[in-house]
Amino acid sequence: MKQNTPIERLYNGVLKENPTFVLMLGMCPTLAVTTSAINGIGMGLSTCAVLMMSNLIISLLRKFIPDRVRMPAYIVVVASFVTVVELLMQAYVRPIYTALGLYIPLIVVNCIILGRAESYASKNPPLASFFDGLGMGLGFTLALTIIGAVRELLGSGSVFGVNIMPESFEPVSIMVMAPGAFFVLSVLTALQNRFKAPSATNKGDKFCSGDCAGCMDKTCRIMERSDKE
Amino acid sequence: MNFLSTLFVGIISASLVNNVVLSRFLGLCPFLGVSKKTSTAVGMGTAVIAVITLSSAITYVIDHLILRDKLVYLRTIVFILIIAALVQTVEIILKKKIPSLYKALGVYLPLITTNCAVLGVAIDSAQKDYSFAETMIYSVGTAVGFLIAIVLMSGIRERIEDNDIPESFKGMPIVLVTAGLMAIAFFGFKGTIG
Repeated sequence: MKQNTPIERLYNGVLKENPTFVLMLGMCPTLAVTTSAINGIGMGLSTCAVLMMSNLIISLLRKFIPDRVRMPAYIVVVASFVTVVELLMQAYVRPIYTALGLYIPLIVVNCIILGRAESYASKNPPLASFFDGLGMGLGFTLALTIIGAVRELLGSGSVFGVNIMPESFEPVSIMVMAPGAFFVLSVLTALQNRFKAPSATNKGDKFCSGDCAGCMDKTCRIMERSDKE
Repeated sequence: MNFLSTLFVGIISASLVNNVVLSRFLGLCPFLGVSKKTSTAVGMGTAVIAVITLSSAITYVIDHLILRDKLVYLRTIVFILIIAALVQTVEIILKKKIPSLYKALGVYLPLITTNCAVLGVAIDSAQKDYSFAETMIYSVGTAVGFLIAIVLMSGIRERIEDNDIPESFKGMPIVLVTAGLMAIAFFGFKGTIG
């Protein structure tokens, strides 16, 4: 497939380099808000909106931002869009705004956004960057929805609030509580390893060993250092 | 007596009952990423304590002097910039004045800017209208909770390395299972303070 076309970028973000399952970035919101599928979608779409806009603006400004102050500049751009999204959600989708709470302003420090700004938008033209943000955002939304749906199904027997489990099903309430998040993600990652699907944990050195490594690639250096010691 | 009991209850509740990593999922990235060795975990935890304490003191003052009345919507932008600037400043000062400490903590500092626990604590205590004393108790407690969680995690991970783990659970999955079990253990503290 031709590189850097809109379609290629969408495919890359949703499947090839899915931010959650393959790159394992932005773990905090992934685990914190996925108590139900609808919360997962809400978080995913708001992150997607921020990601698209910030990628577009950063790409437009890429020739004007001096290299030494690029991080603070990116942070200002991202934080502005997060504020816009937060105010819009407060006004129009109140229930999701209340459910996500503190995690909306925390989109600013989501590794995916700064990671994409640094590794893609700062080097590529606006259109490709915009679709890169859209693809990554949709991939993130998809992953959050899947995790949210699994947790909601096991924890309260429903998906999107619709009860689909038989009467005899006893909800495993720990799944919608904190530990359940870790277990569900763990099993999903283990399944990926089992079927040899590409993921940060089995792809080896390309993504160092997963986590927020792609963020600023400083984690990698620290871990390499501590491995050598 | 009254102050002391508030202090004690506040610290316990912020560090153990509502542990920042295991029940609120803030600061997960360093928790999973930098917990391979106990020594690095201790370094990261200490650096986080220093940054959280300083940043919530500064954000509290700025929030009450400037933002509180009419500029509440600027909180996110201002807070993250304060944190980023603070981390840079601390790094420069340490490098110049206390090179030994810089050698121990310096590498972790740049990572802390994107640690959501720092911004999370600042925004959370501003939204909940905490007084200065409450903010400080809350932030120190949270940071200590982070240190406890990451050090425990690194201890467990050092042991896991030598164990026989099913092929598909090697790496991240087993770490996540461990974190889940730790989260269940920390549930036990829920009963201690109502």
